[in-house]
Amino acid sequence: MGNKAIIRLTSLGAAIAWIVLFFSDLTILFSDTRGLTADIPLWVPRAMLDLFVIFLYYHYKYRIEKDENLNFTDLLWKVFATGLIATVISLSIRLVVFLLGNTKLPSHILFGDFIYLINLGLFLSFLVAAYTSWKRLIVYHKSKWLIRTWALFEFLLLFILVYDSFQIELNEGLFIALNIILGLLALVLSANMKWVAYLNFKQKWTSLLLLVLTLFYMGYFFYTVTRASDIISAESSSFLDFRSHIFNISLFAFVMLYSIFSFLVIMFNLPTSSVFEQKLEEVVNFQRISQSIQTEQSEESVYNILLESSVNSVFADAAWLEIKGSNQESRLFSYQISEKEAQEITNHIKTQNIKGVLDQGIDKTRNLSRYLATLKGGRFRSVLAFPILVKGESIGTLALLKELPEGFTKEMTRIISTFANQAGISIENFRLLEQAFQTERYKEELKIAKTVQKSLLPQKLEQDPQYDIAAFSRSADEVGGDYYDTLRINDHEIALIVADVSGKGTTAAFHMSQMKGIFHSLAQQQIDPKEFMIRANMALKYCLERGSFISASYFVVDTRAKKISYARAGHCPVLYYHAAEKTSEYLKDKGTALGMIKTKEYCNFIDLNELPYAPGDIMVLYTDGITEAKNNKGEEFDYSRLEQTLREVTDLSSREIQEHLITRLYEYSGTDEINDDYTTMIIKFH
Amino acid sequence: MVHIKRLQESGNDIIAIIGEIDASSSIELDLTIAKSVGEGFTKILVDCSALEYISSAGLGVFMSYIEEFQDKNVKMVLFGMKEKVANTFTILGLADLLHIRMSKDEAKKLVDELSV
Repeated sequence: MGNKAIIRLTSLGAAIAWIVLFFSDLTILFSDTRGLTADIPLWVPRAMLDLFVIFLYYHYKYRIEKDENLNFTDLLWKVFATGLIATVISLSIRLVVFLLGNTKLPSHILFGDFIYLINLGLFLSFLVAAYTSWKRLIVYHKSKWLIRTWALFEFLLLFILVYDSFQIELNEGLFIALNIILGLLALVLSANMKWVAYLNFKQKWTSLLLLVLTLFYMGYFFYTVTRASDIISAESSSFLDFRSHIFNISLFAFVMLYSIFSFLVIMFNLPTSSVFEQKLEEVVNFQRISQSIQTEQSEESVYNILLESSVNSVFADAAWLEIKGSNQESRLFSYQISEKEAQEITNHIKTQNIKGVLDQGIDKTRNLSRYLATLKGGRFRSVLAFPILVKGESIGTLALLKELPEGFTKEMTRIISTFANQAGISIENFRLLEQAFQTERYKEELKIAKTVQKSLLPQKLEQDPQYDIAAFSRSADEVGGDYYDTLRINDHEIALIVADVSGKGTTAAFHMSQMKGIFHSLAQQQIDPKEFMIRANMALKYCLERGSFISASYFVVDTRAKKISYARAGHCPVLYYHAAEKTSEYLKDKGTALGMIKTKEYCNFIDLNELPYAPGDIMVLYTDGITEAKNNKGEEFDYSRLEQTLREVTDLSSREIQEHLITRLYEYSGTDEINDDYTTMIIKFH
Repeated sequence: MVHIKRLQESGNDIIAIIGEIDASSSIELDLTIAKSVGEGFTKILVDCSALEYISSAGLGVFMSYIEEFQDKNVKMVLFGMKEKVANTFTILGLADLLHIRMSKDEAKKLVDELSV
C-alpha cells in the first residue's frame, strides 16, 4: 500500500471515528440532560477518541515522519500550518456564534458540546501533528539509547490512552509513579535539541516566529476547550471531558514543553549562529579543496580555491598566494591587492631582516602584524603568513591581510593552517597523479621504442659460401642501443657493422635508426671503412645531441681477395681467432667513437686496417654488454673470459659458438635476468 | 651511486669522483663540471683514483665539454685512473682527445704547461 493511500485511509478513519464520537457524545449528553438513560454505552465516545487519536497518529506518521524531503523549518512550518488551519476554523465558528448574538441557541448545552467537540477535534489533530514533528526533531541524531527512550515514551502514552478510556483500576501509587516517569521521559527527550545547531541565522528567526505562533495556537485551543468543558460540566458530567483523559493532558504538556524548550534554545543560539555558519562554511570550503583533486581541475584551481576559502573564512581584506614553480619563477595569485603592493610588503618584511618569514623556507605559520606597523603608507595593519608544504618542502606562501591591527585570532590561524595543509596535500596528490601519467606515457613510449629497435635489426644475415654467420641480440627491459647489420656490396664484398648507441630509451632507438640509414646508404657506395666512418661522423654530428655518441666497428669482407678491411670507431675491439696458429687476439686499433669530434679533424682519429683471413678463422663482434656482464660478486666477464670461451669451441660452427657463448654468459651472471644488452655477431670462414 | 667532491688548490679546481658513473649519475658529473666552469676556473683536474666504473654516458659528459673548453680556454686533465677505467677511455678513442695522466703531480704539471 502506498503512502498516499495510507494517508487517505487514516484520514477517513479519523473522520469516521470523530463523527461517531461526535454523535455518541451528543446523544449521551442529550439523554443525560433529559434524565433518560442513553442507548449508547458511556465508553463509546472515549473509545472513539482513542481511535481518532490512533488514526491521527498514523496519518501524521505517514505525512510527516516518512517524508524525507522535509527540513527543520519545513517541519515547523507544517505544525504552524496545521495550527493555522485549525485556529482559523475555530475562529470562524466563534464568529458565527458571535453573529447569532444572544439567541437561545448558543447558550444551549448541546450546542455548546457541539462547538466543544469540533474544537477538541481540531486541537487534537494539531497536537498530534506537532507531536509527530517534534518526534522527528528529537530523534534527528539517532542513537540506540534515544530510540529506546522514545519507544518507551510512546508505549507509556499508548498505555495511558487505553487506560483512560477503559477506566482500568490501577493502584494510586503506581499511577502517580507512571505519571512521574512520563514527565521525566518528556523532560529528557526535550533536551534533544541538536537540530537547532544546523539552522542558519535566517532559519532561526523563521523558526522563532513559527514557534511563537504555534504556542499561541496551543494556548488558544487549550483555553477554548477548557472553558467549554467548564460550562458543560457545570450542567452535566456525562460528556467527553478532555481533562479526564490524562493522555490529552500529557500530550499537550509534552508538545508545549518541547515548543518552549525549542524556542528558548533557538533564542539563546541566535547570537552564536554566525559562528556555526562560519564553521559550516569552513567545512564546505575544506571539502572543495579536497575534492578539487578528484575532478579534472588543475593546480591553478586548487590555488584559487585555497585563496578564496581562506579569505572567506577569516574575513581578510586582502590576500595573496605566491607559488614557486619548478623553474624558480614565482606566480602570484592575489585578492584585492595589487602585485606592487604585495611586493612592497614582502620587501618591507625582508628589509626588516626577519629571517624565514615570507621567503620559501618557512615551516611555521607566522603572525607578522607587528612588523607591518613600520611600513609607511600601507593600508594593512595585520598580516598572517603560511607556508604551503608539499612533501615537506615549501612550495609557496599564503599571506592574508587585514586593515585592522591585531585582526587575526588564534582560531583563524588554526583554520587557515588546516586549509594550507589540505591544499598542500591536494597539490601533492595532483603532482603524483601527473607523475603516474607521465610514467605510464614513458612506458608506452618505451614499448614503441622497443618495437622500433627490434624491427631495425636484420631478419636475415647476408650469407656467403666463404663463411657462416650467426648473430644474437637480447636487450634488458629498457631499450638498449645495440645494432648490427650486414649488406652485400657486390658479388665479392659484404659489409658488416656492429654499433652501440650511447644512452637508452627512445633516443637510443632513434639514433639506432639513423645509424641504420647511414649504414645502408654509405655501404653501397663501395667506400673503404675509414671513409665510411668519416662520412658517418659527418652525417651524425648534426643528429647527435651534446654528450651522445655512437661506437661502431665496420667491416668489409672481400671474398675474392680473402681479406677483411675494417675501421673501429670507439667500439669494443674485435676478437679474432687465427686457425692456423691457433691463437686469438683483440684487434685494438686506434679509433674514436662517432659524434665525439665534430670537425674535419676526425680523419686523424680513425684508422683503416686490413687483415687476410684463412679458413677456420673466427671473428667475434660484440658489444660491451658481454664483457661487462657481472657475476654475483660484481666481477665482470671481461675480455679474458670471452677469449677463453671462444677457444673452447673453435671447431664448431658460428651458430654453435654463439650458443656456447650465450650459455656461458648466463652461467656466469647466474641469472636469466639481464641488466644490459647482449649482442654478438660471429663469423667463421671456410 | 657516485659522490663528487670539489676542492681548490693553487688555482686548480680538483674534482674527485668517488664511485660509479652511469647514465643517471652522469648528470651530477655534468653539473659539477658546469659549475666549475661557471665559477671561472680555467684549470680543472679530475681525480679518477676512486672512480670504479664509467659508462658511455659518463664518457659523453667529458666529451661534451671538449669544444666548450677550447672556446673558453679551459684546460682539463684527468688523473689516477684505474686500469679498467682507463681501458674504457682507450677503447672509445677518448684517450687521444682528453689529457690523461697517471699521478696528480703529473696532472698539475701538464695543466700548468697547457695554460701558458
